[in-house]
Amino acid sequence: MPLGFVVVYSVIIGPSEAWDLLVRPRVGELLSNTVRLVVGGVIASAVLGTACAWLVERTDVPLPRLWHVLLAAPLAVPAFVNSFGWISLTHAVEGFAGAVMVVTLSYFPLVYLPVAATLRGLDPALEEASYSLGFGAVSTFARVVLPQLRPALLGGSLLVGLHLLAEFGALQMLRFPTFTTAIYDQYRSSFNGQAANMLASVLVLCCLVLLVGELRLRGQQRYARLGRGTPRVALQRTLGGWTLPSLGALALVVGLALGVPAYSLVRWLVIGSSTEFPLDELTSAATTSIGLAAAGAALTMGFALPIAWLAVRHRGPLSSVLERSTYVANALPGIVVALALVTVSIKVVQPLYQTYVLLLAAYAVLFLPRAVVSLRAALEQAPPLLEDVSRSLGQSGLATARRVTLPLMLPGVGAGVALVFLAVVTELTATLLLAPIGTSTLATEFWSNSYAVKYGAAAPYAILMVAISIPATFLLSRQTRRTVER
Amino acid sequence: MSSLSVQGVSKGFAGTAVLDGLDLTVPQQSITAILGPSGCGKTTLLRIIAGFLEPDSGTVRFGERVVVGDGRPVPAQQRRVGYVPQEGALFPHLTVAANITFGLRRNRRQARLSEMLELIELPARAGEMYPHELSGGQQQRVALARALAPEPAVVLLDEPFSSLDAALREGTGRSVVRALRTAGATAVLVTHDQSEALSLADQVGVMRDGRLIQVGTPTELYGFPVDPEVAEFVGGAALLSATLEGTVAHCSLGDVAVSANGASGQVQILVRPEQIVLQPWRAASTGIGAEVAEVSFYGHDAAVHLDLEPSGTRVVARVTGSEAPPVGSRVEVSVSSLARVFTP
Repeated sequence: MPLGFVVVYSVIIGPSEAWDLLVRPRVGELLSNTVRLVVGGVIASAVLGTACAWLVERTDVPLPRLWHVLLAAPLAVPAFVNSFGWISLTHAVEGFAGAVMVVTLSYFPLVYLPVAATLRGLDPALEEASYSLGFGAVSTFARVVLPQLRPALLGGSLLVGLHLLAEFGALQMLRFPTFTTAIYDQYRSSFNGQAANMLASVLVLCCLVLLVGELRLRGQQRYARLGRGTPRVALQRTLGGWTLPSLGALALVVGLALGVPAYSLVRWLVIGSSTEFPLDELTSAATTSIGLAAAGAALTMGFALPIAWLAVRHRGPLSSVLERSTYVANALPGIVVALALVTVSIKVVQPLYQTYVLLLAAYAVLFLPRAVVSLRAALEQAPPLLEDVSRSLGQSGLATARRVTLPLMLPGVGAGVALVFLAVVTELTATLLLAPIGTSTLATEFWSNSYAVKYGAAAPYAILMVAISIPATFLLSRQTRRTVER
Repeated sequence: MSSLSVQGVSKGFAGTAVLDGLDLTVPQQSITAILGPSGCGKTTLLRIIAGFLEPDSGTVRFGERVVVGDGRPVPAQQRRVGYVPQEGALFPHLTVAANITFGLRRNRRQARLSEMLELIELPARAGEMYPHELSGGQQQRVALARALAPEPAVVLLDEPFSSLDAALREGTGRSVVRALRTAGATAVLVTHDQSEALSLADQVGVMRDGRLIQVGTPTELYGFPVDPEVAEFVGGAALLSATLEGTVAHCSLGDVAVSANGASGQVQILVRPEQIVLQPWRAASTGIGAEVAEVSFYGHDAAVHLDLEPSGTRVVARVTGSEAPPVGSRVEVSVSSLARVFTP
């Protein structure tokens, strides 16, 4: 829907005007910034995520389980909190290099998690076959392991790329303008809907380029494990003298990604001149955040359930179009969705403008794909054969759903709720644009305080936000472990 | 348990007929194996009997009770069929005990559970385990117990042993059949493995192109197949063209005695590997000679691949392992018992 809106809008305002709005030096600069950021951030995240995954899964590095949780944990720290942590320590992180570093530290878990899961599930026999054919460790990794990692690596990189295109808070703070930040400024400063919408159309185009690129790169190869039988546990490389350097490297990554924001949050709490604990405001923001996240998660799951059901149980052209179209929404940055909903609600359903209904609808559009993905996986854990068996044992459809399908789906449903919950708590752009005036969530309060350089006042909100996110993140890191151990 | 009868059942998918007027009767408390290559419609038949699929036409009866073919079909949950799918399909979130008692009312669970565990020869403490903690063979037996616990009218087994490795398959097959007999079950077992069908069932039906080509006891099927294809499907077979005169067929194995069926002239005869007798070639030998081309040694017996002289026809003889002749040696061949005749 928002996609269609952007296209229709571009057509309505006419080609010549659109051209004038687009071909400006400012747009060229934004394009170059955006592309450089995405390329740099994706490559850095891919390298960092894969290296960490290899160390944790394939070597005898001490305490792998602890590292696994710690490396997934940056997901609980929103990128804009992370950049706050850095920028309040040093202004050296402003600009391209700093932006790439900060966003990489925030988003590399998106590569780390799937790659680690694949590495764990990889059949060691393939590597043994490669060694027996005379290939060494490095060429085995390049020729056997890496191709197998390709789907996970590409999928993770795609996610990082899409997140970077949509990233607003962190980049605004690091003073590195991209399309997303420019759209927001354009909209807020002048309420210039036309210009904002034209910029949005370029942003959507970038997203589509990424999506198509990932599809092309993924190709048609098959990566399924052939043959039957339980695979053995993966080979583990002995680090020996490399143990300490490896531990140091992991500690450095975790320190930079988690330690720095934690340190500056605590520091500002203690020394900040503006530090205050307005308990009422804190509680009300936390309550709003949790309430919105819970309602958003419930609504999104409500929409996702029938889509996932159709996609898994009634495969057909219509159901796959429906399912695919939700993925396109995944590629749409929050700002585009928000902008579309603002314009539509002003023009068509005026009473809905500036209501929670509209905000929740934006959440549902934005986060539907995440819910569908986990529900799909959950439904596939409950094959129809088990339902047949249950019916042959005299159970009605309802009893079968209650006793078989639902219990089997529960872990996946939990993961989906956690994902959406997490996303809503840390969502900034759509909330800023769509929330009813006077609404304060943890994210928006943190944002307005830190933007006004009241770092001390911002810190408590960030800490609460991270605290709310931790249980959900922990659940997710356990979930990825479990699915593979099955 | 009741008997099962299937009459004139047809089913097509997207214009292709999968079952084509199929008839089958399974007597009460007996085991029938449906044997056929993959894709012949075996599983479709089973799913129709279970009620997961509706046939395009035809009738299915459990005893006197019509479950399909007379008014609205009885839904699967009211048919009282026990269904044992491939790989068991145990509920992964439930313990063995909860799996077995899944289809029972609460008050009957405890008593029936110990009966069932005993029936499938598992210790009582196995009830506390989860499916993934069991071996493949044990999972299959639990799936059978789950199907038998509510005392179904008919038990259906869909290739239940195909996912097990060879060593487990035979033992699991025998213990499953033992449990079925103890429970007095009427059972249909679908399989593509002829030795499984012949060794486990009372009655075997050979299925091809959506029809049952032949139904009979394992001995009938092996000894008197209705056509050459069935003959080859249920065991090793040499099919030789021959000229028939009375009860003697002249063929590349020499003059072979056959069971007379009144035909004469050009026919095909079936000789099973164990019917071919080998003797070392001696100077005085006057029979048919053959050169040993290959020997597959299995220990207890061996398959000897022979090139017959002078025709060069390749046949296989099955001999006791210790009597296998060396490759390249020359032997005299004869046929020990009556061969079966197929008239074209």
